[in-house]
Amino acid sequence: MLEAYLSIFIKAVFIENIAINFFLGMCTFLAISKRIQPAIGLGIAVIVVLGLAVPINNLIFNYFLKADALFPGSDLHFVGLICYIGIIAALVQILEMFLDRYIPALYNALGVFLPLITVNCAILGGVLFSIERNLEFTESIVYGLGAGTGWALAIVALAGITERLKYADIPEGLQGLGITFITVGLMCFGFLSFGGISL
Amino acid sequence: MSKAKEVLLNPIFNDNPIALQILGICSALAVTGNLYITLIMCVALTTVVTLSNLFVSLIRNHIPTNIRIIVQISIIATLVMLVDEVLQAFDYESSKTLSVFVGLIVTNCIVMGRAEAFAMKNGPLMSAIDGFGNGLGYSVILIVIAIIREFVGAGTFYGIEIMPLTTNGGWYLANNFFLTPASSFFIIGFTIWALRQWKTEQIEEPEFKISKNSLEGEKGAA
Repeated sequence: MLEAYLSIFIKAVFIENIAINFFLGMCTFLAISKRIQPAIGLGIAVIVVLGLAVPINNLIFNYFLKADALFPGSDLHFVGLICYIGIIAALVQILEMFLDRYIPALYNALGVFLPLITVNCAILGGVLFSIERNLEFTESIVYGLGAGTGWALAIVALAGITERLKYADIPEGLQGLGITFITVGLMCFGFLSFGGISL
Repeated sequence: MSKAKEVLLNPIFNDNPIALQILGICSALAVTGNLYITLIMCVALTTVVTLSNLFVSLIRNHIPTNIRIIVQISIIATLVMLVDEVLQAFDYESSKTLSVFVGLIVTNCIVMGRAEAFAMKNGPLMSAIDGFGNGLGYSVILIVIAIIREFVGAGTFYGIEIMPLTTNGGWYLANNFFLTPASSFFIIGFTIWALRQWKTEQIEEPEFKISKNSLEGEKGAA
């Protein structure tokens, strides 16, 4: 039992890394990865939001939207997207208020990134993947946390590399965005090597 | 009419959403392994961004500022659901291949960004043109990547065999690297480089400059 969960977690972190292998959350990924400190803050925020959003949306899907879930013959899966995005937006808002009231230190550390997470495709992507793969409730908790950890790991690693890159002499046209893409490509090789792990 | 032309053509090379604005990269790169799938994705995104710009612009004077994001997202999500249903009805195979990426158009920053930055301030016709232009800008980059990846990775163009593979008794040994996600990062990186060599005003200023070696400086002075 525990092994199954561990395998979902490891798979979500390394083998099917949501940032590197599925390109999700790329816009924030490339924009925030210039310094390590904000990258860590954003990474933690993504772990928290994914860890909550994936299981909650999983419950919504299984108890309301799935075929025959609400009453026999009902099928509401086509309104799924609007439900998920609404729930993610609401969740982020609640989380923001909760952190502001009870854990102000973390709230200040996350700052502006928290509201931005609503439109981060990594969150909606994680939710959609968990539904597409028919994960159970407990599995979806593990998957959400794993996917978040993977994303955080990737952005912190990239930020570390970019911080070092400012000492490098980069051709003019490749400055900034171009070299970041190529760096991510090289990181992708590293993550490809995890593909051989069979669990 | 020239303004309309400018609004339409500007996003394609001068202000490209992917290469310059860093928008919409999220759902874009994963679907470029095959030209047919890419074209479907481009059509889907262009439709959504054009229509969402049109509708947001139509009701822009009635949207209260505080809740504009929610209104925009609802419009976009509704459009994406329609596109998804149409795709599932008419081309089920492709919709399976695209899996979650059609749904992810909801959080595609191009759609949201254009609604917020252009449609909230301009008339419906201009907004629709702007949406269409940005859709085209996105499509151009995606199609270029898809052509390269499919051609080098599988030796085909739009599914038609150009270079016969060794596995089918031909001469071309396929470069599987181009079928992995890593390749699109390199291709897009080099595409940006090429674009910026052509349109040099897009080059980003480096945060730091490495100063000349002091010994070299002395030699120059002497």
